[in-house]
Amino acid sequence: MKKTKDKTKKETVKRVLAYISGYKLLIILSMLFAAVSSALTLYMPILIGNAIDLIIGRNNVNFSAVAKTLTVIGIMICVNSVLHWFMNTINNRITFNVVRDIRSDAFSHLQILPLSYIDSHQHGELVSRLIADVDQFADGLLMGFTQLFTGIVTIIGTLAFMLSINIKITVLVVFLTPLSFFAAKFIAGRTYGYFKTQSEIRGEQTALIDEMIGNQKIVQAFSYEETASQRFGKINDRLTKASVKAVFFSSLTNPTTRFINSLIYASVGLTGALSVIKGGLSVGGLACFLSYANQYTKPFNEISGVITELQNALSCAARIFELIEEKPQLPDKDTAVELENVQGNVRLNDVCFSYVPDKKLIEHFDLNVKSGQRVAIVGPTGCGKTTLINLLMRFYDVNSGSISIDDNFVDDITRHSLRSNYGMVLQETWIKKGTVKDNIAMGKPDADMQEVVAAAKATYAHNFIKRLPNGYDTVISDANSGLSQGQKQLLCITRVMLSIPPMLILDEATSSIDTRTEKQIQHSFAEMMKGRTSFIVAHRLSTIQSADIILVMKNGSIIEQGTHKQLLEKNGFYAELYNSQFAV
Amino acid sequence: MKKLLVYLKDYKAECILAPFFKMLEALLELFVPMVVASIIDKGIGNNDVSYIIRMCLILAGLAVFALTGSLTAQYFSAKAAINFTSKVRKSLFEHIQTLSYSELDCIGTSTLITRMTSDMNQIQNGVNMTLRLFLRSPFIVFGAMIMAFTIDTKSALIFVGAIVLLSIVVFGIIVGCIPLYNKIQLQLDDILDITRDNLMGARVIRAFCKESSESEQFRKSNLLLAKSQKFAGRISALMNPLTFIIINFAIIILIHTGAVQVNSGKLTQGEVVALYNYMSQILIELIKLANLIITITKAVACGNRVQAVFEIHSSITPGSRTDTDRSSQYIVEIKNACLRYKDAADYSLENIDLSVRRGQTIGIIGGTGSGKTSLVNIICRFYDVEQGDVMINGQNVKDYDLHTLRNLIGIVPQKAVLFKGSIRDNIRWGNTNATDDEIMQAIISAQAEDIIKSKDGGLDCIIEQEGKNLSGGQRQRLTIARALVKKPEILILDDSSSALDYATDAKLRKALRNADYSPTVFIVSQRAVSIRHADKIIVLDDGKSVGTGTHDQLLKSCKVYKEIYDSQFAKEA
Repeated sequence: MKKTKDKTKKETVKRVLAYISGYKLLIILSMLFAAVSSALTLYMPILIGNAIDLIIGRNNVNFSAVAKTLTVIGIMICVNSVLHWFMNTINNRITFNVVRDIRSDAFSHLQILPLSYIDSHQHGELVSRLIADVDQFADGLLMGFTQLFTGIVTIIGTLAFMLSINIKITVLVVFLTPLSFFAAKFIAGRTYGYFKTQSEIRGEQTALIDEMIGNQKIVQAFSYEETASQRFGKINDRLTKASVKAVFFSSLTNPTTRFINSLIYASVGLTGALSVIKGGLSVGGLACFLSYANQYTKPFNEISGVITELQNALSCAARIFELIEEKPQLPDKDTAVELENVQGNVRLNDVCFSYVPDKKLIEHFDLNVKSGQRVAIVGPTGCGKTTLINLLMRFYDVNSGSISIDDNFVDDITRHSLRSNYGMVLQETWIKKGTVKDNIAMGKPDADMQEVVAAAKATYAHNFIKRLPNGYDTVISDANSGLSQGQKQLLCITRVMLSIPPMLILDEATSSIDTRTEKQIQHSFAEMMKGRTSFIVAHRLSTIQSADIILVMKNGSIIEQGTHKQLLEKNGFYAELYNSQFAV
Repeated sequence: MKKLLVYLKDYKAECILAPFFKMLEALLELFVPMVVASIIDKGIGNNDVSYIIRMCLILAGLAVFALTGSLTAQYFSAKAAINFTSKVRKSLFEHIQTLSYSELDCIGTSTLITRMTSDMNQIQNGVNMTLRLFLRSPFIVFGAMIMAFTIDTKSALIFVGAIVLLSIVVFGIIVGCIPLYNKIQLQLDDILDITRDNLMGARVIRAFCKESSESEQFRKSNLLLAKSQKFAGRISALMNPLTFIIINFAIIILIHTGAVQVNSGKLTQGEVVALYNYMSQILIELIKLANLIITITKAVACGNRVQAVFEIHSSITPGSRTDTDRSSQYIVEIKNACLRYKDAADYSLENIDLSVRRGQTIGIIGGTGSGKTSLVNIICRFYDVEQGDVMINGQNVKDYDLHTLRNLIGIVPQKAVLFKGSIRDNIRWGNTNATDDEIMQAIISAQAEDIIKSKDGGLDCIIEQEGKNLSGGQRQRLTIARALVKKPEILILDDSSSALDYATDAKLRKALRNADYSPTVFIVSQRAVSIRHADKIIVLDDGKSVGTGTHDQLLKSCKVYKEIYDSQFAKEA
């Protein structure tokens, strides 16, 4: 278990490096600047110490030497600042460019992933990978760039400088500093448990908030308010207790490390001052040492922070790469042809399909639809009607058997040409953020205004569109359009009405439209379907009576097949369904 | 935010003690450079080893006291901040329970959830940080300056200059970056929208072969985002080099003037070292202070959002009647009722009249947006009518206590929502005291017995959040059972058989007719078949009643009804 984890971690690092390698030159520059800048920063206390040594007492100040030292310091400050700024800017650029590349790759990959992947993952979770995870990764990467390398250079540099001044005190510092490190680690270890409890209880509380406030109307309809408050109160009390512990214990880290640093400071002060008396160290050297003692521990704490941050960033990166590396759908064959002049003869030959291997769905299914025929698919919810559409549109591939259009097997045709020969309206409407016109012209981007309006008039969508604030130029989106479900569905129908491809798929296309409007647009529907092979899924039996073939589906398989009349005579499942609408 | 602070009143002591102890720690830290100065001047100057040891012990002692002070402060601030937030959270939750549908529509539940969760966390963090740092950081910055004044006025002026310059740079950059970061957030939201949109519309996008143009759109927005990020990055990258320059140049000047002062005997070498040490302390605290101000600004903004919710009050004033009198002729009577939703221009219901006798079945039919659900809403008093009256058992709904009123009614809402927990717990929402027998009875009437049989554990089967482990039809039947277990006088089915096939729908209606508590049933539907056998049907069109009567009467007299009916039953040719 651990081994595979390590392996994926290694893989992730490799992938990250691959993305970064495009910016090699920048990285080398960044490291160079970091090294020089850290060295200069560290050299500063020594120079200041030297200057202080030149200021010994009354009438005992070497002004020319002080001025010289201060000039050197001044120049170094300026050089250092410029280098530092360049380094920061370069790090920024690398990070955000890498993040941009990863995001674009992930999004493009989403477009070629099989629909089964999108269907089987929660959208919120995928979105959070592309947004939150990538962001977190950026933070970690940036912090790694800016602090990890500088931190290491600082530690080594400090050691070297300290050694150059006084070996004994250096040894003291080196042995004492890990103390603060251990203290921080010890506290973090203890706190981890408290934090885990806290986040568990918080998760529980968020779930309750989601449920109760998300469905506040039902809570009130059933007078559940008090019970809800009680349940909330109980969790809230537990959360309070856990939070106080977690927050308090985690807040111990800073004071404790500060305390240990102060102790180190005191010991350096003691040994340093004694060395000065013995003559092994100058006062300036002591001042310099004290300031090193102060900052020597800092990079250790920072690095430990960076390492947790980097680990977090890597696990985020792993989630993104998992998406990017997910196997894409089978690409079109090299020999795949464009489907042209479609007649609409659709043939399914011995088709077997299931979403999960051990749960059989469609088995040995044959269907022969001739050009211009109307196929209706009926059956109770969840019976597999939508599955058939998934196969026809090649959103999913069959497990065995074949589907062909005008004697071309679908896997010999490019997906684009196959799909653009179908006009599809689904029960679940989807509006792209954009103007009404752009939405209607989705299948025919070069359509002019007249064509768009004509299509909208045919579906009676024109009536409500013209009442929108900016008519056809009103910006609408799926979530926030102020459009009713029925109006959205009319727009989706208009989309297809504009281009009318040779074959049609209508999956409960009018389920949200009230029956009167439906009746009004029926004429346009009839016009649309004339001479075109169409597949219709419907709840309302009245819409399907006139179909050429009715497929009755139940639990994934076709149990009856025939015309309305034939099926009624058969007196089977279809007849039962049909008659129940007249039942008392 | 201000009004929320009353929730701190039980933690007054903690709120004073926390900053106080933090200040104590800061004070002790300020002594350190002074002690070091005297080590150099007196200890080293006089070769006094025992003095040096004593002073170093004082340093260690200061560290111990500082630790104690700081730990005490952390404890008090954690306790105050967490208990405060916890109280605010609880009362906000309770407050939300009192809001009526009208207010819930206005605010939106997703906003409320954010208020309850992430806003609360920000507030907690803000209060905690404020208690810990708002005295400490300024105290050290100004304390260092004052200490400098006690050593040497001339050098102290350098401190004043450095602090002013540093403040301008630190606050300038941080404040200047806020709008940049806001812009970045907006652009990030933008690409989030594109991604979510893309996933939701995956089928349509592929059907229309729009994959590459989608990628192109994403790439553009993504490019803009990266550009803004790099720009903001360049600005904030100025922070370190600039503060570094200021502090170090201040130190150069400090040493230079120090050199002159020492030469003339006004300062000692140790004092110069002390001044140098104070200068180094300032920078760290100033940056902490700037970050604290950001945290506080964020927390205050969150606090204001939370307070805004507290300031919204329910528009429905409950009555006081807790009993009902069943002697009246009509169980439900609606007289000339008009309903207009808040901020809506038009009425959603206009001049509706309807009287219903006990035990009748009423059908409500009409197209999308015709006002069917609105009619249900005024019977349950989820919304108040603007004009007219709604009476239940001869008593205006406004006179009833809300719980009493809603206990008379069992409602099956359009959206079938179930909650995490066992099937039994879910059904008991309707009646907390229902026995397993009663629950099973309700389930059988709701045609949901097969669900119980097919699930492991029967009634104990755990439903996942939002009922994810059930199909739409199964959820709908269980919500029907949940309403039936109440044995309500009035049962409202709001288009709740839409996911049921015709056969099940018919069986359900039959079971309701035979129920021993003979409820008055309102069936809202788009399907004529579901309501054609009702005792009375009300046909709604655009918020107005365009016909009331039985199926046969309406077929003759009501054009809208006839159209609906014909559209669903193709005329036998």
